[in-house]
Amino acid sequence: MTTAISVAGLDKSFGRTRALDGLDLTVHTGEVHGFLGPNGSGKTTTIRILLGLLRADAGSMRLLDGDPWRDATALHRRLAYLPGDVTLWPSLTGGEVIDLLGRLRGGLDPARRASLIERFELDPTKRGRAYSKGNRQKVALVAALASDVELLILDEPTAGLDPLMEAVFRECIVEERRQGRTVLLSSHVLAEVEALCDRVSIIRQGRTVETGTLAELRHLTRTSISAELAGPADGLLELSGVHDVQIDGARVRCHVDGAQLDEVLRRLTSVGVLSLVSQPPTLEELFLRHYAHDEATA
Amino acid sequence: MNALAGTGTLVRLALRRDRVMLPAWVAVFVASAASSASATVALYPSVQSRVHASMAINDIPALVALYGRVYDPSSLGAVAMLKLSGFGAALVAVLAILIVVRHTRAEEESGRLELLGATVVGRGAALTAALVVAVGTNLVLGGLTALGLIGAGLPAAGSIAFGLAWAGVGTAFAAVAAATAQVTRSARSATGFASAVLGLVYLLRAIGDTSGARGPGWLSWLSPIGWGQQVRPYAGDRWWVLLLPLAFTVALAAGAYAGVARRDLGAGLLADAPGRAGAGAGLRSPLALAWRLHRAALLGWGAAFVVLGGVFGTIASNIGGLLDSPQARAFMAKLGGEKGVTDAFLAAELGIIGVVASVYGVQAAMRLRTEETAQRVDPLLAAAVGRTRWALGHITVAFGGTAALLVVAGLAAGVAHAARTGDAGQVGRVLAGALVQIPAAWVLSAIVVAAFGLAPRAVAIGWAALVVFLLLGELGQLLRLRQWVMDLSPFAHVPKLPGDQLTAAPMLWLLGIAALLTVVGLVGLRRRDIG
Repeated sequence: MTTAISVAGLDKSFGRTRALDGLDLTVHTGEVHGFLGPNGSGKTTTIRILLGLLRADAGSMRLLDGDPWRDATALHRRLAYLPGDVTLWPSLTGGEVIDLLGRLRGGLDPARRASLIERFELDPTKRGRAYSKGNRQKVALVAALASDVELLILDEPTAGLDPLMEAVFRECIVEERRQGRTVLLSSHVLAEVEALCDRVSIIRQGRTVETGTLAELRHLTRTSISAELAGPADGLLELSGVHDVQIDGARVRCHVDGAQLDEVLRRLTSVGVLSLVSQPPTLEELFLRHYAHDEATA
Repeated sequence: MNALAGTGTLVRLALRRDRVMLPAWVAVFVASAASSASATVALYPSVQSRVHASMAINDIPALVALYGRVYDPSSLGAVAMLKLSGFGAALVAVLAILIVVRHTRAEEESGRLELLGATVVGRGAALTAALVVAVGTNLVLGGLTALGLIGAGLPAAGSIAFGLAWAGVGTAFAAVAAATAQVTRSARSATGFASAVLGLVYLLRAIGDTSGARGPGWLSWLSPIGWGQQVRPYAGDRWWVLLLPLAFTVALAAGAYAGVARRDLGAGLLADAPGRAGAGAGLRSPLALAWRLHRAALLGWGAAFVVLGGVFGTIASNIGGLLDSPQARAFMAKLGGEKGVTDAFLAAELGIIGVVASVYGVQAAMRLRTEETAQRVDPLLAAAVGRTRWALGHITVAFGGTAALLVVAGLAAGVAHAARTGDAGQVGRVLAGALVQIPAAWVLSAIVVAAFGLAPRAVAIGWAALVVFLLLGELGQLLRLRQWVMDLSPFAHVPKLPGDQLTAAPMLWLLGIAALLTVVGLVGLRRRDIG
């Protein structure tokens, strides 16, 4: 498997503020990679270094087999970028911005441009200053998605979009993946990341704390189980790795660490199971666990 | 909700944001006024010497057009403060415009006003706060200037009148900017519109002041700059004239408040028509984008330069025949005009045009930084556009635009002069005098480019350099500065054409310095972080 982005030990400081502190990130070719982290954790800084806008203090990185700083111009023909904070030229229309950015990247597909404008219900004749935040976002999205590139770098792409447009965006990303494009998607919207991403990296304070497929990440966290048993459950779940146990006669609720799941199920079936509901951890729980940990140590 | 709620907080916010800028500007103005005054006291100790100097100025229309009249030739103050009563007042007006636009339309355009508008802040609060800060600054400026002039040895009443005249001009232009900020949508066009008004009223008083007894002398009374001079500090101190800027300010501010009450936040009075759904075939390079972004402003400047060149060319032709007094001839000789009085004046005027063209150049080059801080450069650099190529787009327009403005003004002045004198050969001579300004004006743009590459937060150094060079040129001799200090200004090295010998060496030096600064800026830009 080839890698589109590989970053190791990335450091970047702004004055006394340390924005990145040994960040690692690997994005395989053809995957949609979720890039998660609380505000100010270094997502945008990482992306701006990958685009050659900022210079890293230390660390190694490869982007599409090139050096993001040295080979910036050549690499940028092969990628499209959606900034986190979209600002347009006040006097240029949305359509002009889309064409200009496409041409500067080396061309864009007119048919695709037309279909995206229609799907996102964008009026391309308005001036930059007249667009709302959501519509500015749509201009930048169409500009990024209409170009024929290998890699899409999207910084909080759905910020400001309404739920209908969010759905259109998700469809577009699914299509992009089908065509073999690689997507790096930085986001706060966990449902979106869960729906779209093959793999996820979670960062906090400029450092990668978790990376892997959603299945792998879930394995590290607790599954919630609620069951109705054939007999009393007293003392049944006094095990390490089982948390928040509530027993009410034959009803049981608890949270189980991934490693203990097998043992817990064996014990439950030994008594006899009448009904069982098990829920995998959501990404939100995953995220909150790291975030809470963050606050506990801070 | 009370339309003025929150004004006090906004005033404190504005003062907090401008805590360096305002005192620095005020200090420069007060120091310029006081040092001009004390230098003149030393220069013209006797009444007779003052009368000589005054007559020399009053007899020469081009000087009157540029600075105004000395209304009491025997008055030390009237002679000393002549230059600052005209172009000094115009700079005070520039400060007032900057303050008001910065705290009204600029805030609105950036969306910060919306953030504040959602709190307990009334619709008129931002405008009121901006006017309070601008008018307050002008009153402080006027008061300190009066104290400085008294300290320099000028009569108290005239000094107070002078300070108030400055404050009156500043206040009037605070109101002009308040009005233009309602009409336009962007801070850039609000500033441009207000500056155009300033240029126009400066021209009105130039025409009014130079017109004869039966000419349109009343034009000076249509101009806030003219009002400031008609207060006649040290030459009668006509206090009642100060009522004119007061009434003007109240009327324009009322108009601005009416605009605020009627329009939507973020909107101007001029609505946008829908534009093209796609880009034209030409919009495919950073240079094409830069041209598109600068186009409207450059055309406006171009129109102003045609008028400026035409007026200067016409005025210059009046000189030869009017030089009756020996004082005027002596003054001319001092200016270094050997081949002809008219030529010397054309050269002096083209020098002024060169400085004004560099104002455009600095402003256009500063666009590099605006594009960066607004994060509009990010999507361009994330496309296949190198930093140098992007920056060269704006630099080309800044340099090319400056040169084009000087060509246009030189042609207009040359044609006007040729028409008055009936000598078609004048066109080429006057045009040459405009062209030699180009390298010096480019140095200013190049200073901005160098700062942009090396210390992007300090690009405003371009304005500081321009003001310093302007003051060195206007006041350097009066203050008896050392030659090497005055030589710091690139404009000091421009051959005085027409009339003077054209020497290539200083121009090549200036071109070399401009090129070097530009390259330094571009190299710095390649190495630094964007944002």
